Parts: sequence; C-alpha cells; structure tokens
Amino acid sequence: MKSTLINPNIATIQTDTRFADQVYLLPVTPEYVESVVEKERPDGIMLAYGGQTALNCGVKLEEAGILQKYGIKVLGTQIPGIQKTEDRQLFKDSMGQCGVPVLKSKTVRNFDDAKKTAEELGYPVIIRVAYTLGGRGGGVAYNEIELHEIVERGLKASIVGQVLIEEYIGHWKQIEYEVMQDYDGNNIIVCNMENVLAMKVHTGDNIVVAPSQTLDNHEYHMLRSAALRATKHVGIVGECNIQYALEPNSDRYVAIEINPRLSRSSALASKATGYPLAYMSAKIGLGYNLSELVNRITKSTTACFEPSLDYIVCKHPRWDFSKFELVNRKLGPTMKSVGEVMAVGRTFEESFQKSIRMLDIGNDGLVLNRANGKSFDDEELENKLSHPDDKVLYYVAAALKAGFSVERINNLSAIDPWFIEKIKNIVLLEEKITKEDLGKSLLFEAKKLGFSDKQIARAKNKNPDDIRKLRKEYGIVPSVKQIDTLAAEWPAVTNYLYLTYGGNSHDIVINPEEKGIVVLGAGPYRIGSSVEFDWGTVNMVWGLQENGEKNISVVNCNPETVSTDYDICTRLYFEELTQERILDITEFENPKGVITCVGGQTANNLTLGLSKHGINIMGTSAQDVDRAEDRSKFSAELDKLHIQQPRWQAFSNLTEAKNFAQEVGFPVIVRPSYVLSGAAMKVVWSQDELKTYVKEATDVSPDHPVVISKFMLNSLEVDVDGISNGQEVIIGAIVEHIDSAGVHSGDAMMCIPPWRLNNKTIETITEYTTKIATTFNVKGPFNLQFLVHDNHVYVIELNIRASRSMPFVSKLVKINLISLASKAILGIPLPKITKNKWQKIQNYGIKVPQFSFMQLDGADIALGVEMQSTGEAACFGSSFYDALSKGLTSVGYNLPQTGAALVTVGGSQNKEKLLQSIATLKNLGFKIFATEHTAEFFEEKIGEIEVVHKISEPQRKPNISDLLYERKIDFIINIPSTSTLEKYVGMLDDEYQIRRKSLELGVPVLTTIELADSFVKTLDWLKNNKPTIDPIEPYDPID
Amino acid sequence: MVGYPETLTDPSYSGQILTLTYPLIGNYGVPDPSIKDHDGISKFFESEKIQVRGLVVHELSHTASHWNLSMTLDEWLYNEKIPGISGIDTRALTKKLRDTGVMMAALVVSDSEIDSNDIKKQLASAPHYNSEKFMNTVSTKQDEIFGTGEKTVVVIDTGVKNAILRNIINLGYKVVKLPWNTSFKKIMSYNPQGVIISNGPGDPQNCPDTVETAKKLIENNIPTLGICLGAQIIGLAGNTKTYKLKYGHRGQNKPCVNLDNDQIYVTSQNHGYGINPDSLKNSEFNLWFRNADDKTVEGIKHKTKNCIAVQFHPEASPGPYDCKFVFEELGHLMGEEKAA
Repeated sequence: MKSTLINPNIATIQTDTRFADQVYLLPVTPEYVESVVEKERPDGIMLAYGGQTALNCGVKLEEAGILQKYGIKVLGTQIPGIQKTEDRQLFKDSMGQCGVPVLKSKTVRNFDDAKKTAEELGYPVIIRVAYTLGGRGGGVAYNEIELHEIVERGLKASIVGQVLIEEYIGHWKQIEYEVMQDYDGNNIIVCNMENVLAMKVHTGDNIVVAPSQTLDNHEYHMLRSAALRATKHVGIVGECNIQYALEPNSDRYVAIEINPRLSRSSALASKATGYPLAYMSAKIGLGYNLSELVNRITKSTTACFEPSLDYIVCKHPRWDFSKFELVNRKLGPTMKSVGEVMAVGRTFEESFQKSIRMLDIGNDGLVLNRANGKSFDDEELENKLSHPDDKVLYYVAAALKAGFSVERINNLSAIDPWFIEKIKNIVLLEEKITKEDLGKSLLFEAKKLGFSDKQIARAKNKNPDDIRKLRKEYGIVPSVKQIDTLAAEWPAVTNYLYLTYGGNSHDIVINPEEKGIVVLGAGPYRIGSSVEFDWGTVNMVWGLQENGEKNISVVNCNPETVSTDYDICTRLYFEELTQERILDITEFENPKGVITCVGGQTANNLTLGLSKHGINIMGTSAQDVDRAEDRSKFSAELDKLHIQQPRWQAFSNLTEAKNFAQEVGFPVIVRPSYVLSGAAMKVVWSQDELKTYVKEATDVSPDHPVVISKFMLNSLEVDVDGISNGQEVIIGAIVEHIDSAGVHSGDAMMCIPPWRLNNKTIETITEYTTKIATTFNVKGPFNLQFLVHDNHVYVIELNIRASRSMPFVSKLVKINLISLASKAILGIPLPKITKNKWQKIQNYGIKVPQFSFMQLDGADIALGVEMQSTGEAACFGSSFYDALSKGLTSVGYNLPQTGAALVTVGGSQNKEKLLQSIATLKNLGFKIFATEHTAEFFEEKIGEIEVVHKISEPQRKPNISDLLYERKIDFIINIPSTSTLEKYVGMLDDEYQIRRKSLELGVPVLTTIELADSFVKTLDWLKNNKPTIDPIEPYDPID
Repeated sequence: MVGYPETLTDPSYSGQILTLTYPLIGNYGVPDPSIKDHDGISKFFESEKIQVRGLVVHELSHTASHWNLSMTLDEWLYNEKIPGISGIDTRALTKKLRDTGVMMAALVVSDSEIDSNDIKKQLASAPHYNSEKFMNTVSTKQDEIFGTGEKTVVVIDTGVKNAILRNIINLGYKVVKLPWNTSFKKIMSYNPQGVIISNGPGDPQNCPDTVETAKKLIENNIPTLGICLGAQIIGLAGNTKTYKLKYGHRGQNKPCVNLDNDQIYVTSQNHGYGINPDSLKNSEFNLWFRNADDKTVEGIKHKTKNCIAVQFHPEASPGPYDCKFVFEELGHLMGEEKAA
C-alpha cells in the first residue's frame, strides 16, 4: 500500500520520507489537499491523525464535494460520525438516543429567564456569554445575587444579547476513556484517566493520572459501558476519546465531549499502557478487525483486549508563562501549556515527584526545592487554592504545612481528598527527613515516595553524591520494570521500561557481552525545544543502528514523541533526564557511553556532570562542551582565533554595569549568567531600565552575575548548522533570518539560501565555522549563530549539539546531518559530500514560526528577544515567494487577493521603509485604513488613505474596534514605534489593544517590517503565479 | 485497580491467598456491608463475608476517599479477621506465579527472624487446596428465596455470587437458591423455568452430586445455564473433561470470541480449572466462546438440549457489563421473546 502525507511541520520526524511514500510539506487546507489529491489520486484518506486541523479539513473536503469528485473513501470514522461529535446539538441528540446523559443548559436573553433556569438547574450555575472570545464576561454564580450581577454584565458584553446558563460542574471529577472500535462494532477501552484538578481545569493543563484512582468498580464500569454505547451509536471506527464529568458525591455523570480522532490524551494513553493507539487505529481504518490484530508487546496475545496496568502514570503539563509579558497564569477552560511529561511509578507520590523533575523547570520535586520555605497567609492560600494557577499543588503542600485540613483544601480546590492525602504523605516525610536521622528504612521510604537524592541532600545539608553513596551502602537502588500491557500475566518481548523504588527485582537482565549506547532525549516540549529534538534523537538511533550498533537505549519522558515509541530502539527508559536517574540507568546498563548532543539543552546540560561521574560521553568531550557553554572560556577562545563577538561583560554590581552600557551605548541585551530555563533576557534602552533589571536579576540569583552585551540594531542574524569529526567540517547550510536581529532566532522566519548576504560574508562565515568547529574538537552536530552588521561578521554563540534548524537544513539540502553525526560520534570516516552542497540546491526553503497567542489570555504578540513561538512550519518552492506563500498559509495566515488593510506604524523611519509595500497594496486594489499620523504620511506620498481612530477613543468614528468586529479588515500591519523593540521602552497600550483584539477575532497582524514587506510581496506574487505542489525528496544516500 | 470489595467476597476465592497486580489498593475504601437491596441481597458485596484467606498488595491506602465508603480496607480486613500484607513487589510475585503456576503459600508475621524451612514444612503438611471440600463451607445450608417474580429460576449454589441473583431478578424472575447437592426431584418441586449452576471454588470433580443433577437437567431439557464452576460441572455432565490451568484466568479484561457472530467481548474471569478443548469433540457440546488469547474454552452450547454454559462471569461485579446478554440467552431458552 502506498501512502502520502501532507504536513508542513518540517521539524517532526513524521515528515522524514522514511515514514511515507510521498511527503508534501504543504498547508493542511482544503485547497492544498485537493491539489495533492489531484496529483496523487489516492483511494482513501485518513483524517483522525492530524489533530483538529486535519479533522476540520476533512469535513470541509466532504462538504465541498471533493472526496466524492475524486472517489476517495474516508478510512476510519465516517463524516456523519465526525459531525455527530463535533456539532454540539447533534452530539446532545446522539447521546440522548443512546442513553448517555449530557450537561443541562439553556440560552437566555434576560435576567428573569436566567433566574428561572438557574432555579431549575440548581445553584451553582455557570454563565457563558455568547460571542465574546476568551469567555470574557462569564462566571460562576452560587446564588441569585451573583447571578444577577454576572447575567447583567454578560448580556451587555454579548454582541447578540445572549447568555448560556449551565449547571456548574467545576468541582466534579474529570474522567476520560480511550475507546477503540472496528467496522464490525467490536469495541474496547484501552485506558481511563483521572484529572487531579477536577473539571475546573482543561485536561491539557491538568495533572492527569492513569488509571483512575478514586472510582469504584461500579463507577468505572458504568462510565466504561456508556463509552462503548456512545461510540457504537455515533459510529466511531478506530480510536476516540470520551470525556466525562462525574459528581464527587454520587454516581451521577455527564458526557462532556467525544474526540473522534487521535488526541493528546490518546498519545498519553498509548504511552501509559503500551497499547499503540494510532497504529492499531490505522489498521482498523484499513478494515482489519480488532481480533485480527496482535498485541505489539507480547507479540502473541490479541490486540482486542483491555490493558491492565501495574503502575501509576502521572502526566504533568509544562507551561512557559515567564516567556510572555502580561499573560494570565490562571488555569481554566482554555489550555495554556506547551508540552507535557509522563512519569511512571508504583506509588502516586513517586510518579508525581518524578513528573515535576521531568519538567526541567529547576524543581527537584514538590518540596525541598532550591527556592523553598516561602510562607503565605491563610487568605492568600485560600485564594490560590480556589483559583488554580501553574503552582496549585505547591500551594496544597503549603496549605498542609500551614495546618489546613484535607477537607478544607478539598472544599477550596475541588481536588479529591485522596490526592491531597498523598501530598500530605510527601509533606510529612519532608518533615521527618529534616528532623530524624537518615537510617535505612527512612531513606528507603523517602525514595519510595519519589524523593530525589538532591531533595534529601537539601534536607540534610549534604551533597547529593553523599546521599547516593549512603543509599548504595544500604543497598537501596531502583528496580527496572517493564510496561507490558498485561501486568506481567504474559511475557513481554519488548523492553519498554521504567525505574521504581516500589520493587525488589529487575524484570530484565543486561547481557554484559552486548554493551549498548544510551541516547538522551529532550524531555518535554516547551518554547525553544520541541519536535526538532525528537527528530534528532530518532535519527541518531537510526544512524547508530545503520552503523552496526545493535543495542541502543533511549531515555526520555515526553509522551508526545516518536523517540518514546518502544519499537524505535532496543530498550526504552521512560524516565527522568536528571543526573541521578541517568546514573541509575548507566549503573544498570554499563553502556559503552552516553550521547547527550541530540536532546537539546536538557541533555546537553547533563554532559559535564555525567562526565565527572566517570560516564563516557560519546561525541564532543564534556570539557569542549563546557568551553563553549561558559561565556568567558568561549570568548577567550574566539579572541585567540581573532574572531569578533558583540562586546559583552559580566557584572555583579550596578555601577560597573552602568559604565559598560554607557561606553558601548544603548540598547544593550542583559541576561542572568546562570539561566534556569525561562529566566528572562531583555533589551534595555535606558539607565533607569537597567537599574530595575539588574536589581530583579540579582534578586533571582544573587550568586550569579548579570551578562550585558551590546545590542546591534539593523543587523542580520545567521545560523549555521553543521557536523564535524574534529578534523573535517561539513556545513549543512547557512541560514538567514528574514526578521532583523532582535527577534529571537526561534521566532524569526528563516530562509535558505540566504538572499541578502554577499559572497564575501558567506566566505567569512564558512571560514569562521570551520575554524571554530575544529578548535572546539566538535565530534557530532553543532550550531553557530552569527550577527552580520555593516558587512562585519560577529559570533553570538556556539551550541555543540543538534539545533532547532537542523531538520529544516537536512530536509532541504537532502543531507541528514544527524546520520552524519552518528558516524562522527562512532569515529567512522565521514563520507565525501559535495562541498557547499547547500548552495547548489535549486529550491528555496522558508521556515515560518507558529504562535499560540490566542490561547494565552493577555499575552502580547509583538516579538522580542524572548522566544514565544510554539511551533513552526516550512515549505519549499521554486522561488522565494512560492515557498513563503505556502509557509504563511501553513501557520494560519489567510492570503487575501482583495480587501482592506489597517496600517499603524510608529516612527518616520519605519513609515519610510514601508512605503513601497503600502504602495503595492494599493496597486493590488486593497483599501488602506490608517491611524491619523500614519494616514497623513502615506496619503501625501501615494494618495487616498482612510483615516480610522484608536480603540482608546471609542467615541471617534470610524473606529478600529468597530471595523474589527464588523470584519471589515483583512489584515493589520502594526509596527510598534521607532523600532520593533519599542515595547520594552514602555508598551503603548493602544497598540497592544489592537494586536490583542485582532488576534482574538482571527485577523492576522504583521508586527515587523520584514514580515509586512514579505507578506505584501507574496500577495503581489500570488496575483500572477500559483504555488507549486511537489513532494519533498528523500535524503541523499550516504555510504 | 477497582473491584476489591466484590473480589474479596466472591466465594470462588474461598481457600485462596489473593495477590493483586495493581499496586495501589484500598483507595476508595469499603462500602457498608449491612446495606441490602429490597430483595434482601447485599447491595455492594458478593457474599456475606470476605472469602479469601489472605490478601497480598504492594501499597495499602491507609486513607480512603469515596462518597459511598463506610470504612477503610484495612479496617474491613481487621473486622473480619482476614490477614493481609503490604509492601510486596507484587509484580515479581505475579511473574513467579506465571512461571511456576499457582502454589500453596503462607503469610507469616513475626518480630523475630522467620525460619522459611520450618514454614515450608508446615505448609507441606497443611491440607492442599486441590483436595479441599469447599462445598460444605460456601454453599447455602437451606433453601432461600429472593425476589417477587411469578416465575422461578433455581440457582444451585456452589458458591454463588450475589450478582447472579441480582441479574435473574432483573430479568423478572424469582430466585430460589438451593444447596449444591440438592436432588433433581427437589429442584423440580419448585417448578422452575430454568436453572443456573453457579460459580464456585475448587475442582469441579469435587462436586459429583451436582454433576449428576446436571445430567438430569440436560436429559429433561430443563433450560440451564452454567457459570464458571457451573460450566465445568455441566461440561462433565455432558461428557467433556476438565483440567487445572497453570495459573488460571483472573481479571476483568479477558477477550472472548462469540463463535455465533464472531463478535469479541471483554469479560470478567476467575477460574483455575477449565474444559479441555479436545474433549469437546466426543461430547454433547459445541464450542460457544473461545478465549482470544490462549484459545481456551470459555463457553459451550448443548448440541440438542436447552443447555448453555460460560466459563467467564456475565454477571460482572467486578468487571465489565458487556456479557449481560448471556442471561437473556437463558431467558430465550426459558421461552422469552428475543428483543428486536
């Protein structure tokens, strides 16, 4: 069977041609999908694997008659089935027909009706306001007085004068079931899950355990039967997820929704059980019956069974709120997390504390962290418990310490008392280890409750290594256990493993004759570290295997990755990426070495510590990695090579810092020298700002100085990705950022080949790259970042590891850099590769960031030095604009051929720069709206511009706000005054309002000159051209 | 994971030490044992007491959380004087049972060093599970009647779970529960529409009286359903052979294929013995359900008479409700109209 994949996500391993016969890096929109269909003429289409995007696209293809036109069968759940779950009314009707209760609610237009409805439903009720975005204006009413206030406010806020009154179930348990069903109607439950933070918090932001812990047999099977009934009734084929709310004080329940597709929950369920839902679902879509499929773990039993677990899984979301200014950290019905981890253990406490460490946010568990011991007053705690944010469970611990009863915490937070009791066990043990002597049984108890050596060391004022030594003297070591889908009832042939202190024997033995290699993955997805490192990890495993290595172990803890598929490597450890755990694993495995260069910064940070504990680091040595990571050592090396850097210095007092800034001139970039993930970099424009910042930074980490470097305005940023074996250097490509320096490299649009660099600069960059890679004895992948200012080349940083842009470079240039890196690491000679192959590529490749501002209530969308994008797409084309048009469409920009644009530009220099673009827009027939000053400038040069007034002056018409609501604006060019960095001088609230409002209404906003310029040129190009539709080509074979 | 109150009170576990593979046990506590439904059957339990001789878990939840609880698992075991042990690597224990089969075991608690050789000696002289006569302890001593239906189903109690009685009452019948060795004549004196031979502990060959009764039920074409031990008894009555499985089928997630329509059902199972598949050839039965994993016999249907039997537990409790239709099948044999 031949398969074709459409996905513009360049960085994912999915879009390696190894996984499908044809891969199209194209937007998943009905138009582009039709073009591919036209070309490939497939017999069937699968819609359930590409999230909501693919599902929506499929429904549109059906509605437009395209599936019928080309005679394409939907494989899996048919369109009417999808509609029965996606359309709220159809869903309610369907559930009614199969006897599954749903939530009662009613739409009302006045307070009297609201009151009547609330009385019928019973208080508390939740009021949802129709047609305002982000759920603003709604709320929970516990009595008539509150109802009155919220309903009146809501009716005013709603454009259509309606509010929805619904029974409030925030304190109900949130339970999910994953269901599989085949065309014959055989169906099974693969997994159920329970959300610790109840219904209050979106499941994506919830801490989730599998299996459910507080349900009894009756409740479990009541919901199970309902799930089977519901999926049979709507006609699911393949996999689906059903979400319930269950009353905590009775067995009353309602179905909230059904997802007729693979989801984040199904990825989690697959990893939590070892049952590969997507794989099985695809087979079922092709027509296999559940009983014909074989359990992938036992390879002998049937796939038509319900996995039994003999461990508890804990999923913890990862948030990156600190990257966003003005963002609201409260958790609620909108998902805000950017990634997640999954921990496996044999007590809740163990799983939960492991999950916290896996997040890589600098915490070693729930208690005994670096920043410990802050106390709160009761009122503050009550507030924090009833309005959860990302730290809610830490507040549960704090409340317990402050003497709150379990019942009181349960009343405030809606967290089931069972979970609070478990947290209490952790809190009590903290007290015990702090006070008592660390005897064998106490230490063992602490380990069983998931305490790390670091936490214990902190309690005892010791070094973690002392604890490790003591522990081993006592013989307290973790057991290696298998995840086998059948709780040990049948032998497992795959090695899907975790470590636990809840056991006294290992499930497997390692044959000392078969020493392996351990590859460290990248941990949770987060801003700045995402699918690209999964691509790197998987390609490294394959590369090692292709070069004759038989035993490869992977350590990772991210359930959303391919690197945590147990059939990718020989042994998969679903485990923490912490020094303690990696040492546990290496002591068990006794491997040839550990590879830390493909797991992003998380793995890279472990290099030095592991090396100091005698672990063989394969690839670039720990000392060389350290020389690159340590800014002073790095600078010294560059000086020796006579290679320039932007001027920088480290400071621990303000006077020196001020003097330096004065000397090099503002703006400067400041950052703490010791950066825990997420700690802020900032561009500083004045002495006052510098003073505030230095104070903040030294408050955060008093022992670590602040680094200040010159910020060069009007310069270009360039990334180089390459491979070296210490002697030879292979450059993957030189990648130019389209946005000017100052926009974080992860947020910038990137282009290969570079289009503004001259040959001389390219030569200099090539020369520097070779020199630096050999000087640092790089053995494996590396990434160099340069700044080009007035034709001078400066080095910003060297990362001796796989980088974010490597999949992009590899796929466009058709050199699999990680495959090459595996050779370099194993000491196998590098193959001969055409010199500067990247320059001989005919295609253009453009990478475009994907943002998720919509979900982050309050966040500003203007870009800066902190990375904010949560993903990316890249498309190839025969010209710059061919590639760019597809790239922009992929990340959600609508490219209109006619319509209206709103232009607000600060500063005359910016206006000047945009003049050509605005003129082009006018020529294309766009109507141009602009604010007063902007309009004045452009009108003078290019004629008629319509003046509109600021949101902050609502009485003045025409007003931007009205135009936005009336959908009279197709896109907005909003360049913050004087430079893109203006927001750091003092953000203008009005501009923020425009950006935020348009975002919520789905109107694209272009906030940099380069983006605006490219966007307009793309529109111009599209007038006379059509984007090309071509599959990508596989990597060139290397011998 | 779920279902320990039901499991611990299931008479089929009589005489056994039970170990649970799920590591966290007791989370939702134990409901009030004194609560009965309006037919006088215990609402939340499968019999009047804990039936296992001991319980082995990894972690016992010392606190419990549920709206329906009246005590913790620990308190319940204490009240009923049933020993339990926690802190055990139950996965390692499960693997041992998987590899060497179910075995005789002792729970020993001592402040001083335990002499395992001495324990092994004591264990060797203890009565062996295979030879224990359970019927005298698990079966009812006198006839009992539940429900108010006009028509009657007799349940031969070889260790019946309450859920079987509840399911019959739900079908609209009155239940007459009779001792395991009740004669055919005595059974017929209640004028039943049908008969159920129940689940229960131990080797079916230890119930020769019930086998004889089953033969007569078949001969006289009385609609009969066998469940678990009852299925083996019916099998023996109809000329099949039974055998002891290495470590049995126990759990709530066992897939079985219904050979009538090729549908697969997830079933609740608890059996240490089974019907030999080869022995079906020369018997009065056809295969009805087959275990999808190891292809063992999970249900049989008589070739000519109104007699069916399942090795799994259609009454659930604990476990999935997917096979409730088996009771409806008995209903059909008793002349109920098939639902459209």
